[in-house]
Amino acid sequence: MKFSIERGALLKAVAQAQSVVERRNTIPILANVLIEAEGADVHFRATDLDIEVVDRAPAQVERAGATTVSAVTLHEIVRKLPDGALVTLTDDSAAGRLSVAAGRSHFNLATLPKEDFPVMASSEYSSNFSAPAPVLRRLFDKSKFAISTEETRYYLNGVYMHVAESDGGRVLRCVATDGHRLARIDADLPEGAGEMPGVIIPRKTVGELRKLLDNDDTQIAVSVSETKVRFATPDITLTSKVIDGTFPDYTRVIPQGNTRRLEVDASEFAHAVDRVATVSSERSRAVKLTLEEDKLTLSVNAPDSGAAEEELAVAYGDERLEIGFNAKYLLEIASQVDRENAVFLFNSSGDPTLMREGNDTSAVYVVMPMRV
Amino acid sequence: MPALCRSCLHSFDQGPRCPACHSPHVRAHPELFTLSIAHMDCDAFYASVEKRDNPDLASKPVIIGGGRRGVVSTACYIARIRGVKSAMPMFQALKLCPDAVVLPPRMKLYAQVSREIRKMMEDLTPAIEPLSLDEAFLDLTGTARLHGHPPAVMLARLVRRMKDELGVTGSIGLSHNKFLAKIASDLDKPSGFSVIGKAETAAFLHDKPVRMIWGVGQAMQAQLDKAGIHRFSDLLRWDKRDLHARFGAIGDRLYHLARGEDRRRVSANAPVKSISNETTFFEDTSDPDLLDGHIWRLAENVSDRAKARALAGRVVTLKLKRANHTSLTRRVSLRDGTQMADRIYRTARALFEAVGDQGPYRLIGVGISDLVAEAEADRAPDLLDPGAARRSGAERASDAIRARFGPGAIRKGRSLR
Repeated sequence: MKFSIERGALLKAVAQAQSVVERRNTIPILANVLIEAEGADVHFRATDLDIEVVDRAPAQVERAGATTVSAVTLHEIVRKLPDGALVTLTDDSAAGRLSVAAGRSHFNLATLPKEDFPVMASSEYSSNFSAPAPVLRRLFDKSKFAISTEETRYYLNGVYMHVAESDGGRVLRCVATDGHRLARIDADLPEGAGEMPGVIIPRKTVGELRKLLDNDDTQIAVSVSETKVRFATPDITLTSKVIDGTFPDYTRVIPQGNTRRLEVDASEFAHAVDRVATVSSERSRAVKLTLEEDKLTLSVNAPDSGAAEEELAVAYGDERLEIGFNAKYLLEIASQVDRENAVFLFNSSGDPTLMREGNDTSAVYVVMPMRV
Repeated sequence: MPALCRSCLHSFDQGPRCPACHSPHVRAHPELFTLSIAHMDCDAFYASVEKRDNPDLASKPVIIGGGRRGVVSTACYIARIRGVKSAMPMFQALKLCPDAVVLPPRMKLYAQVSREIRKMMEDLTPAIEPLSLDEAFLDLTGTARLHGHPPAVMLARLVRRMKDELGVTGSIGLSHNKFLAKIASDLDKPSGFSVIGKAETAAFLHDKPVRMIWGVGQAMQAQLDKAGIHRFSDLLRWDKRDLHARFGAIGDRLYHLARGEDRRRVSANAPVKSISNETTFFEDTSDPDLLDGHIWRLAENVSDRAKARALAGRVVTLKLKRANHTSLTRRVSLRDGTQMADRIYRTARALFEAVGDQGPYRLIGVGISDLVAEAEADRAPDLLDPGAARRSGAERASDAIRARFGPGAIRKGRSLR
C-alpha cells in the first residue's frame, strides 16, 4: 500500500478514528486504525467493539492495500506536521512497518496485520431515514446532559431515541434521565422513520455522533435496527451497538397537573443560581427557591461555609412556595433555554418540577426537588 | 542504661535484676523514659476473659469462634502452640487441636471488660485511640509531670492493674510513633513490654519484611513483590515520586514508613468510616431467595446502626465470598446518600444482580461508607421510583413501632426468607 494525502484531510480522518479508540486496551489491535487504500479513496476504520467509525478521505493512491497502525501515535504525528504538508504513507508488510513521510520528516510505525482487525458484522436495518444535521444536533445536545453514569441502571446510560405521539401527531423523540432530572426533546418525524424501533444510544456514541453534526447543510442518513444504529454523512459512517435494555416508562414521570407557573429570564436566573451556590456545601449543592408574588428569592444556608441570598423579579401569581434543588441541575436545565424565558411549573416542594422554554412543549425538562 | 522493674515499678540504672525486689522482670533501654507513644494489645483477649471466668479452662486449649462453618476469632496461647491461628477456618483448627474447648463469643461480656480497661487507660491520658475491643494507641506525651512518672512506668502499671483487677494480660509497645509502637507490642507477646527507640529505628526496620506494615495484605504484598520490594531496605532505594507513581497515596506512606516516620496523631475520636455487616452460611448457597433474605437482613442491620448514629452512606458495598474463598466486592456511589434500609437493600440487590451467577457463596456482606450526616442524605427522591417516598414513610413508621415495642414488633416478610 502506498498513497499520498493532504495533511488536513488526513488529520480530520485520523482524529475521528483515535477518539473512538479506547485509551486503555487489553487487546493491542483495538488501539489501531485500519487503513485501506483503493481507487481514489482511503478508508480509516477504528472500533472499540461497540462503536465503529469509518472515515473516507480522497488521496492519490499509488498502490492499493491495507494495514493497521496505532491510532493515537498516527494522530499525534499528523497533528504535529505543518499545515498544508503532503503526507505519504507506505506500508512495508514484510518488515511490519508503515512509513509516514512529509517533507523532511520521516517516521516508521509498527503495524499489526489487517486480518486481525475486528470489523463489525453488518446487519439488516429495519428503518432508514434522512434528517438534517441541525435537527439531530438539537435532539441530542439538549438531552445528553441528563444521561446517567450509574452502572447499575445501565439502561439509563444513553439517550432513548424513539417515535412518540405528541398532541395527536407523531414525533421523533429523544429522552434521557438519571433519576434526578429528565430531558424530553421532540422533532418533526422524518419521512421513513415511522416504523423505527426505539433504541437507547450509548453516551459515547452520542459524543462521537456530535462530530458529524457540525455542518448545518449536511443530511444525515440514519439506519436503525433492534441492536444497532448507524449515522452516515458522505464522508463518515458511525455504527454503534445500542444498549440492550428497556428504557423505563418516562411518561408517568412527567408531571401533568403542575399549575404554579413561574416565568423568569433564563440567563439572569442561571447567573443568580450560580452566584448563591458558591457558598453551598460541595456535596449537596442545595439551593432554596422561595416564590412569592412576582418575586423569587434564591438562598443557600450551609452551616459549614456560610449563607447567600439573591432576589429576582419574576412573573409568579400563585401561593407562596419554598422548594429546594441541586444547583447543578438547575444550571443545566436553565442553560438549555436560548430564545425565550424559562417557564417553571411547580406543584409542591416534594413533587417533580417541569421546565420549558416559553410555551414550547417540544423540549421539556423535569427536575426532582431536594429537601432543604 | 535506664531500667524499669515491671514487677514493683521501681526505676533504676543498672543490673539485670531489680535492686529493690530482685525480680528478673526488667526492661532496660536508653530511651525508655523519653518515649511516649504506646500501643497496648491484650493477649488472646476473648480467651483470657473466658479462662478468667472459668478456672477449669486455665490449662486447656480454648478457641473462641462461631459455628461449624465459622473461623477462629481468638485462640488461647495453649492452642496457639499447636498451630491454631486467628482467622483460621474452624475445621482446620480442630484438626490441629482436637481437644480444644470451642466457645461461642460473648461479645457483651468482652465489651464490658474492654470498657473497664478503657477506664484504666483514661487515668493515664485522654489521648486514646481504640482499634478494637482489645487494643488501643495511647499518647502519653507531656504526662510525666502530671503523673510524677515517665510514660513507661505508667504503662507498666496499667498492665499490672489489668492483670490484678481484671485478670487479663496485655503487651505494651513503646516507641516514638504509632507505626513502630504497633510493631513493638507484637514483638514480645504475651505480657510483653517492647521498646523501639529513635536511635535504633533504621537498624531495626532494615531487614524486616514490609508485610509488617499494618494494612499491607496479600494483594498489596503481591504488588510489592512485583516491584522487588520485600524488606524495608528495598524501599529505601526507591525515590518518593516513583513510589507515588507506582502505588499512589500508599506509596507516599511506604516511603516514610521505611524511614520509621509516621506523623499520624493518636486521635481520641477517630470518626467512623464505614458501617457494614456480613454473615457466613452454614452451607454454601446460591439460592436467590435465601440470598435475597440475607441481603435484606444485612441492609436492615446496617441501616439500624446508621440511624442510631445519625449517619448515612454515599457508597453501598456488596461483598460475596465464594466456596473457594475468593472474594467479590462491588460498590456503587449514590448521588444522594442514604441511611434507609430500603435503599441500601435495593442498591445492594442491584449490585448482586449485576454480579450474575457466580455462586455458590459461603459469605455475604453489605456495608455503607463515605459517611455523611443524616441531614445531608435521603433528600433527593428518585424520579423513576415514585413508590420510594411511600416505602420510606413506611420504614420510618415501622422504626417508630420497633423503638416502642421492641425490634421484633414489626418485620418485613422478606426478612423471614
